[in-house]
Amino acid sequence: MSASQYKHPDYYLVDELLTEEHKIIRDSVRDWVNREVKPIIEEANQKHQAPMHLMKMMGEIGVFGPFIPQEYGGAGLDYISYGLIMQELERGDSAVRSTASVQTSLVMYPIYAFGSEEQKKKYLPKLAKADLIGCFGLTEPNHGSDPGSMKTNFVDKGDHFLLNGSKMWITNSTIADIAIVWAKDEEGIVRGLIVEKGMPGFTAPETHGKWSLRASVTGELVFDDVKVPKENLMPKTKGLKSPLMCLNSARYGIAWGVIGAACECYDTALRYSLERKQFDRFIGSFQLQQKKLAEMITEITKAQLLAWRLGVLKNEGKETAFHVSMAKRNNVKMALDIARESRQVLGAMGITSDFPIMRHMMNLESVITYEGTHDVHLLITGHDITGIPAYK
Amino acid sequence: MKILVCISDVPDTTTKIKFAGNKELDKAGIQWIINPWDELSLTRAIELKEAHPDKIENITVINVGTTASEPTIRKALAMGADNAIRVDSEPKEAYFVAAQLAEVIKSKQFDIVFTGLDSADYNGSTVGGMLAELLDMTSVSAVSGINIEDGKVIVSREIDGGTQKLDVQTPFIAVVQKGIAIDPRIPAMRGIMMARTKPLEVVAPANIDNLTEIVEYEMPQPKGKCRKFTEENVNELVDVLHKEAKLI
Repeated sequence: MSASQYKHPDYYLVDELLTEEHKIIRDSVRDWVNREVKPIIEEANQKHQAPMHLMKMMGEIGVFGPFIPQEYGGAGLDYISYGLIMQELERGDSAVRSTASVQTSLVMYPIYAFGSEEQKKKYLPKLAKADLIGCFGLTEPNHGSDPGSMKTNFVDKGDHFLLNGSKMWITNSTIADIAIVWAKDEEGIVRGLIVEKGMPGFTAPETHGKWSLRASVTGELVFDDVKVPKENLMPKTKGLKSPLMCLNSARYGIAWGVIGAACECYDTALRYSLERKQFDRFIGSFQLQQKKLAEMITEITKAQLLAWRLGVLKNEGKETAFHVSMAKRNNVKMALDIARESRQVLGAMGITSDFPIMRHMMNLESVITYEGTHDVHLLITGHDITGIPAYK
Repeated sequence: MKILVCISDVPDTTTKIKFAGNKELDKAGIQWIINPWDELSLTRAIELKEAHPDKIENITVINVGTTASEPTIRKALAMGADNAIRVDSEPKEAYFVAAQLAEVIKSKQFDIVFTGLDSADYNGSTVGGMLAELLDMTSVSAVSGINIEDGKVIVSREIDGGTQKLDVQTPFIAVVQKGIAIDPRIPAMRGIMMARTKPLEVVAPANIDNLTEIVEYEMPQPKGKCRKFTEENVNELVDVLHKEAKLI
């Protein structure tokens, strides 16, 4: 099935590095995005409304927790498959990919990695099918790049924990059935709790007026003496390393995802440059336009190879958080630059919702900031190569 | 009830076709897909099995093709077919394909056999009819709907000015067209994973001769440049139509 005009750029034949199964996965999600996301996403973005009906569909096609084993409701696929799924979702919209990232890497992954067997059986199959929607609370109003200084905390009250604090910039906060909340225990150690919607004292106000990721919900999580059952503590969480492992998984997906946004912008600009005429010539024949397009395909190709290699390393268990930081930082900047340059190729048309470019550009302004800012990821690489953490 | 869906491996319908010489398709860079009618047939077969799990016990897909068509077969398994058969041979022409399919169908029992109205590569529209003849089986052409109602298989056909509904006795061949399913089933990630372990039986081709041979392919002539004539030079237009285009 291929009704879309979209032609996926593959300048270095990266497809040959993929298995036939990878290609079926990618093409299936691409078809789904063409059928279900593309026709509605511009309006959802314009109206600042999350297309909630996509949630159940995403559960049905299995893009939530694709690398989680089948016994817990996942598909048991490898990490390149996960990356390709994110790439295709983000070609549709970063908000749609963000929802899948959160559900997969920030909710299902911590329950799978740090949860008890009971927690895995209770939550994972329902999260995979979108019978439950989750969110992840780490960032606080005064603690973004420095989550170790978080104030949210819980105390042991014998038969339950008492949770207090607040979290900010939380994707899916208002629609989530469960929240993975990172809070300090009485010893000051960061632990993970599963907080369920409806627990007295737990509220999730929405953040209004976003100019980015408008097709998803962002909000806060507020905990005011919330009684959390002790069985909701994820037993294997201990220290900041646990949430950072979740972020590492999400950042991996972002490194792939943004390639989709970049490819969509490049493909749109290339096609436009070969249709739009000025001075009796296609604008694609002018050197300045060719420079833009040639640099775009070069950067996309480099990002594709970086993501593929990172996927191989992750499949082999050799990838580090430092590898992921480099790929996330490089690829998001690549995508944002390409969105901006593509917008230039389209001239005034580029600012309209007739084309996806401006929407992607606005979305990518969030993606370059969340899950570790562009600057902090550079310092992480600096830390790795010098051994000196500049951010402490 | 057992369903067989015949699937062809064809170039994506947006492919810009090129030839190597004038007898061979240039396959470089082509993306291969399940023939769209076959994909819709399989979708309908899966829908029927989901709606009537007590009636439909198995869906098999069959393809006449080389190992190059296995990704397409795996996609069919990922969509929801239970098992697959590949007749290991280049599908050279319609009779050859129909006869190979017939050999397999004779040795296995199927209640409903789906074939597409035509395949998107050569658009021959002949395999379904030939298959029915070779197997001496009931066939229904131009099928646009199929349902199971009160244990009966009800087939819909579009006819001039309306729809014909038939109560068809199994086994039969359904040659399907538009309407059989709305959109093709998109494989789910779990389905793709499960397809890894579904059986794909490779059978040797029967000794069957081709009845036709491709002599030559010819591309359409490129369109000429548009020339404008005004009222002042209408005589020139007549001259061009007469001497160059030889239309008058």
